[in-house]
Amino acid sequence: MPTLANYLIASGLLFSVGLAGVLLRRSIIIIFMSLEMMLSAANLSLVAFSRYGLVSGHQNFNAQVLVFFIITVAAAEVAVGLAIIVSLFRARQTTHVEDLDTLKF
Amino acid sequence: MLLTAFWFFASLMILFGLSVVLLRNPVSCAMSLVLCFISLAALFVTLDATFIGIIQVLVYAGAVMVLFLFIIMLLDLKAEKSRRLNVGATLGGTLVVAGFLALLVRVIHSLPSLSEPLPELPASQASDVKMIGFTLFHSFGLPFEVVGVLLLSATVGVVVLSRKSLR
Repeated sequence: MPTLANYLIASGLLFSVGLAGVLLRRSIIIIFMSLEMMLSAANLSLVAFSRYGLVSGHQNFNAQVLVFFIITVAAAEVAVGLAIIVSLFRARQTTHVEDLDTLKF
Repeated sequence: MLLTAFWFFASLMILFGLSVVLLRNPVSCAMSLVLCFISLAALFVTLDATFIGIIQVLVYAGAVMVLFLFIIMLLDLKAEKSRRLNVGATLGGTLVVAGFLALLVRVIHSLPSLSEPLPELPASQASDVKMIGFTLFHSFGLPFEVVGVLLLSATVGVVVLSRKSLR
Protein backbone atom coordinates (compact mmCIF):
# COMPACT_ATOMS: atom_id res chain seq x y z
CA MET A 1 0.00 0.00 0.00
CA PRO A 2 1.39 3.44 -0.87
CA THR A 3 1.74 5.79 2.08
CA LEU A 4 0.87 9.47 2.35
CA ALA A 5 4.60 10.24 2.13
CA ASN A 6 4.74 8.57 -1.33
CA TYR A 7 1.94 10.75 -2.65
CA LEU A 8 3.45 13.91 -1.14
CA ILE A 9 6.84 13.14 -2.72
CA ALA A 10 5.17 12.51 -6.11
CA SER A 11 3.30 15.79 -5.75
CA GLY A 12 6.48 17.62 -4.74
CA LEU A 13 8.36 16.14 -7.71
CA LEU A 14 5.65 17.29 -10.13
CA PHE A 15 5.73 20.75 -8.52
CA SER A 16 9.54 20.90 -8.88
CA VAL A 17 9.37 19.87 -12.54
CA GLY A 18 6.84 22.67 -13.11
CA LEU A 19 9.02 25.15 -11.20
CA ALA A 20 12.03 24.14 -13.30
CA GLY A 21 9.95 24.71 -16.44
CA VAL A 22 8.95 28.20 -15.28
CA LEU A 23 12.54 29.11 -14.43
CA LEU A 24 14.36 27.53 -17.37
CA ARG A 25 12.10 27.80 -20.42
CA ARG A 26 11.90 30.95 -22.52
CA SER A 27 8.64 30.46 -24.43
CA ILE A 28 5.70 32.10 -22.65
CA ILE A 29 3.28 29.29 -23.65
CA ILE A 30 5.52 26.61 -22.13
CA ILE A 31 5.90 28.71 -18.97
CA PHE A 32 2.11 28.87 -18.75
CA MET A 33 1.83 25.08 -19.18
CA SER A 34 4.38 24.57 -16.39
CA LEU A 35 2.26 26.81 -14.15
CA GLU A 36 -0.72 24.53 -14.79
CA MET A 37 1.45 21.56 -13.83
CA MET A 38 2.37 23.21 -10.49
CA LEU A 39 -1.32 23.89 -9.80
CA SER A 40 -2.19 20.23 -10.43
CA ALA A 41 0.61 19.11 -8.10
CA ALA A 42 -1.07 21.08 -5.31
CA ASN A 43 -4.36 19.32 -6.18
CA LEU A 44 -2.67 15.92 -5.81
CA SER A 45 -1.48 16.67 -2.28
CA LEU A 46 -4.95 17.98 -1.33
CA VAL A 47 -6.65 14.78 -2.55
CA ALA A 48 -4.01 12.65 -0.79
CA PHE A 49 -4.63 14.46 2.50
CA SER A 50 -8.38 14.04 2.05
CA ARG A 51 -7.97 10.25 1.63
CA TYR A 52 -5.53 9.71 4.50
CA GLY A 53 -7.11 12.11 7.02
CA LEU A 54 -10.47 10.41 7.54
CA VAL A 55 -13.25 12.40 9.25
CA SER A 56 -15.50 10.02 11.23
CA GLY A 57 -14.63 7.13 8.92
CA HIS A 58 -15.20 9.02 5.66
CA GLN A 59 -12.85 10.84 3.32
CA ASN A 60 -12.62 14.55 4.01
CA PHE A 61 -14.88 15.80 1.23
CA ASN A 62 -14.13 19.45 2.03
CA ALA A 63 -10.72 18.93 0.40
CA GLN A 64 -12.27 17.43 -2.73
CA VAL A 65 -14.70 20.36 -3.00
CA LEU A 66 -11.69 22.68 -2.71
CA VAL A 67 -9.99 20.79 -5.57
CA PHE A 68 -13.20 21.21 -7.59
CA PHE A 69 -13.03 24.99 -7.02
CA ILE A 70 -9.32 25.09 -7.89
CA ILE A 71 -9.96 23.32 -11.21
CA THR A 72 -12.78 25.78 -12.00
CA VAL A 73 -10.62 28.82 -11.22
CA ALA A 74 -7.71 27.31 -13.20
CA ALA A 75 -9.93 26.92 -16.26
CA ALA A 76 -10.95 30.60 -16.04
CA GLU A 77 -7.31 31.57 -15.49
CA VAL A 78 -6.16 29.68 -18.59
CA ALA A 79 -8.78 31.40 -20.74
CA VAL A 80 -7.75 34.89 -19.56
CA GLY A 81 -4.02 34.09 -19.72
CA LEU A 82 -4.20 32.78 -23.27
CA ALA A 83 -6.23 35.83 -24.36
CA ILE A 84 -3.47 38.03 -22.91
CA ILE A 85 -0.83 35.99 -24.77
CA VAL A 86 -2.77 36.35 -28.04
CA SER A 87 -3.09 40.13 -27.68
CA LEU A 88 0.60 40.29 -26.69
CA PHE A 89 1.50 38.37 -29.84
CA ARG A 90 -0.64 40.74 -31.92
CA ALA A 91 1.18 43.74 -30.49
CA ARG A 92 4.77 42.41 -30.51
CA GLN A 93 4.85 39.37 -32.85
CA THR A 94 6.76 37.28 -30.31
CA THR A 95 6.13 34.89 -27.43
CA HIS A 96 9.74 34.77 -26.32
CA VAL A 97 10.20 36.25 -22.85
CA GLU A 98 13.66 37.66 -23.59
CA ASP A 99 12.21 39.83 -26.37
CA LEU A 100 9.69 41.37 -23.95
CA ASP A 101 11.93 43.69 -21.93
CA THR A 102 10.12 47.05 -22.15
CA LEU A 103 9.60 47.18 -18.40
CA LYS A 104 13.19 46.16 -17.67
CA PHE A 105 15.17 48.89 -15.91
CA MET B 1 -1.98 -3.93 -6.66
CA LEU B 2 -2.58 -0.36 -5.51
CA LEU B 3 1.14 0.07 -4.93
CA THR B 4 1.95 -1.10 -8.48
CA ALA B 5 -0.67 1.31 -9.89
CA PHE B 6 0.77 4.15 -7.79
CA TRP B 7 4.36 3.61 -8.95
CA PHE B 8 3.32 3.09 -12.59
CA PHE B 9 1.21 6.23 -12.84
CA ALA B 10 3.49 8.38 -10.65
CA SER B 11 6.54 7.57 -12.78
CA LEU B 12 4.52 8.11 -15.97
CA MET B 13 3.36 11.50 -14.62
CA ILE B 14 6.90 12.65 -13.74
CA LEU B 15 8.27 11.33 -17.06
CA PHE B 16 5.74 13.26 -19.16
CA GLY B 17 6.16 16.29 -16.87
CA LEU B 18 9.89 16.21 -17.60
CA SER B 19 9.27 15.93 -21.33
CA VAL B 20 7.08 19.09 -21.15
CA VAL B 21 10.12 20.94 -19.81
CA LEU B 22 12.72 19.30 -22.08
CA LEU B 23 11.06 19.03 -25.52
CA ARG B 24 11.49 21.91 -27.96
CA ASN B 25 8.36 21.62 -30.13
CA PRO B 26 5.37 23.29 -28.37
CA VAL B 27 2.87 20.79 -29.80
CA SER B 28 4.79 17.82 -28.35
CA CYS B 29 4.98 19.73 -25.04
CA ALA B 30 1.19 20.13 -25.03
CA MET B 31 0.61 16.45 -25.87
CA SER B 32 3.02 15.39 -23.07
CA LEU B 33 1.10 17.62 -20.70
CA VAL B 34 -2.16 15.88 -21.70
CA LEU B 35 -0.62 12.48 -20.86
CA CYS B 36 0.80 13.91 -17.62
CA PHE B 37 -2.70 15.09 -16.60
CA ILE B 38 -4.26 11.74 -17.52
CA SER B 39 -1.73 9.91 -15.28
CA LEU B 40 -2.51 12.42 -12.54
CA ALA B 41 -6.23 11.59 -12.94
CA ALA B 42 -5.34 7.90 -12.55
CA LEU B 43 -3.53 8.77 -9.30
CA PHE B 44 -6.71 10.53 -8.11
CA VAL B 45 -8.63 7.32 -8.85
CA THR B 46 -6.15 5.28 -6.74
CA LEU B 47 -7.01 7.70 -3.91
CA ASP B 48 -10.75 6.83 -4.26
CA ALA B 49 -11.53 10.30 -5.68
CA THR B 50 -13.20 9.11 -8.88
CA PHE B 51 -15.19 12.30 -9.45
CA ILE B 52 -12.09 14.51 -9.19
CA GLY B 53 -10.25 12.15 -11.55
CA ILE B 54 -13.03 12.41 -14.11
CA ILE B 55 -13.26 16.21 -14.01
CA GLN B 56 -9.45 16.33 -14.23
CA VAL B 57 -9.65 14.45 -17.53
CA LEU B 58 -12.67 16.42 -18.80
CA VAL B 59 -11.58 19.93 -17.80
CA TYR B 60 -7.77 19.79 -17.85
CA ALA B 61 -6.84 17.10 -20.37
CA GLY B 62 -9.88 17.99 -22.47
CA ALA B 63 -10.93 21.63 -22.45
CA VAL B 64 -7.80 23.41 -21.19
CA MET B 65 -5.31 21.52 -23.34
CA VAL B 66 -7.48 21.91 -26.46
CA LEU B 67 -7.38 25.66 -25.78
CA PHE B 68 -3.57 25.49 -25.46
CA LEU B 69 -3.21 23.54 -28.72
CA PHE B 70 -5.62 25.95 -30.44
CA ILE B 71 -3.50 28.96 -29.39
CA ILE B 72 -0.22 27.21 -30.35
CA MET B 73 -1.59 26.54 -33.82
CA LEU B 74 -3.25 29.98 -34.11
CA LEU B 75 0.05 31.73 -33.34
CA ASP B 76 1.88 29.17 -35.54
CA LEU B 77 4.64 28.67 -32.98
CA LYS B 78 7.66 26.81 -34.32
CA ALA B 79 10.12 24.76 -32.31
CA GLU B 80 12.29 27.05 -30.21
CA LYS B 81 15.69 27.71 -31.73
CA SER B 82 18.44 26.76 -29.35
CA ARG B 83 19.77 30.08 -28.17
CA ARG B 84 22.92 30.47 -26.15
CA LEU B 85 22.19 29.08 -22.70
CA ASN B 86 22.10 31.72 -20.00
CA VAL B 87 24.46 30.00 -17.55
CA GLY B 88 23.59 32.12 -14.51
CA ALA B 89 19.83 31.66 -14.91
CA THR B 90 20.13 27.90 -15.57
CA LEU B 91 22.40 27.38 -12.59
CA GLY B 92 20.18 29.51 -10.34
CA GLY B 93 17.01 27.74 -11.49
CA THR B 94 18.48 24.28 -10.94
CA LEU B 95 19.75 25.33 -7.51
CA VAL B 96 16.34 26.69 -6.42
CA VAL B 97 14.53 23.54 -7.59
CA ALA B 98 17.08 21.17 -5.98
CA GLY B 99 16.95 23.13 -2.72
CA PHE B 100 13.15 23.03 -2.64
CA LEU B 101 13.08 19.29 -3.33
CA ALA B 102 15.75 18.51 -0.71
CA LEU B 103 13.86 20.54 1.91
CA LEU B 104 10.58 18.78 1.03
CA VAL B 105 12.08 15.28 1.29
CA ARG B 106 13.72 16.17 4.60
CA VAL B 107 10.47 17.48 6.10
CA ILE B 108 8.43 14.49 4.88
CA HIS B 109 10.95 12.00 6.29
CA SER B 110 11.04 13.79 9.64
CA LEU B 111 7.31 13.16 10.17
CA PRO B 112 6.68 9.48 11.02
CA SER B 113 2.88 9.95 10.93
CA LEU B 114 3.06 10.31 7.14
CA SER B 115 4.21 6.68 6.75
CA GLU B 116 1.04 5.12 8.16
CA PRO B 117 -0.73 2.67 5.82
CA LEU B 118 -3.86 3.60 3.88
CA PRO B 119 -6.86 3.66 6.26
CA GLU B 120 -9.79 1.46 5.26
CA LEU B 121 -12.97 3.13 4.04
CA PRO B 122 -16.32 1.86 5.38
CA ALA B 123 -17.89 -0.65 2.99
CA SER B 124 -21.28 1.09 2.89
CA GLN B 125 -20.13 4.53 1.80
CA ALA B 126 -22.30 6.58 -0.54
CA SER B 127 -20.75 7.33 -3.94
CA ASP B 128 -18.30 10.20 -3.86
CA VAL B 129 -20.25 12.23 -6.43
CA LYS B 130 -23.20 12.24 -4.03
CA MET B 131 -21.01 13.18 -1.06
CA ILE B 132 -19.21 15.97 -2.97
CA GLY B 133 -22.53 17.35 -4.18
CA PHE B 134 -23.90 17.28 -0.64
CA THR B 135 -20.80 19.02 0.78
CA LEU B 136 -20.77 21.57 -2.06
CA PHE B 137 -24.38 22.68 -1.64
CA HIS B 138 -24.54 22.18 2.13
CA SER B 139 -21.44 24.05 3.32
CA PHE B 140 -20.05 25.87 0.26
CA GLY B 141 -23.10 27.68 -1.14
CA LEU B 142 -21.61 31.17 -1.19
CA PRO B 143 -18.22 30.14 -2.71
CA PHE B 144 -20.18 28.27 -5.40
CA GLU B 145 -22.06 31.46 -6.34
CA VAL B 146 -18.83 33.48 -6.27
CA VAL B 147 -17.18 30.99 -8.66
CA GLY B 148 -20.12 31.51 -11.02
CA VAL B 149 -19.55 35.28 -10.98
CA LEU B 150 -15.80 34.68 -11.49
CA LEU B 151 -16.46 32.57 -14.60
CA LEU B 152 -18.79 35.25 -15.98
CA SER B 153 -16.23 38.02 -15.42
CA ALA B 154 -13.50 35.86 -16.98
CA THR B 155 -15.69 35.39 -20.06
CA VAL B 156 -16.34 39.12 -20.34
CA GLY B 157 -12.63 39.83 -19.79
CA VAL B 158 -11.57 37.44 -22.54
CA VAL B 159 -14.02 39.01 -24.99
CA VAL B 160 -12.74 42.51 -24.18
CA LEU B 161 -9.09 41.38 -24.43
CA SER B 162 -9.50 39.76 -27.83
CA ARG B 163 -11.16 42.72 -29.56
CA LYS B 164 -9.12 44.13 -32.39
CA SER B 165 -8.45 47.55 -30.87
CA LEU B 166 -8.11 48.04 -27.14
CA ARG B 167 -9.31 51.46 -26.11
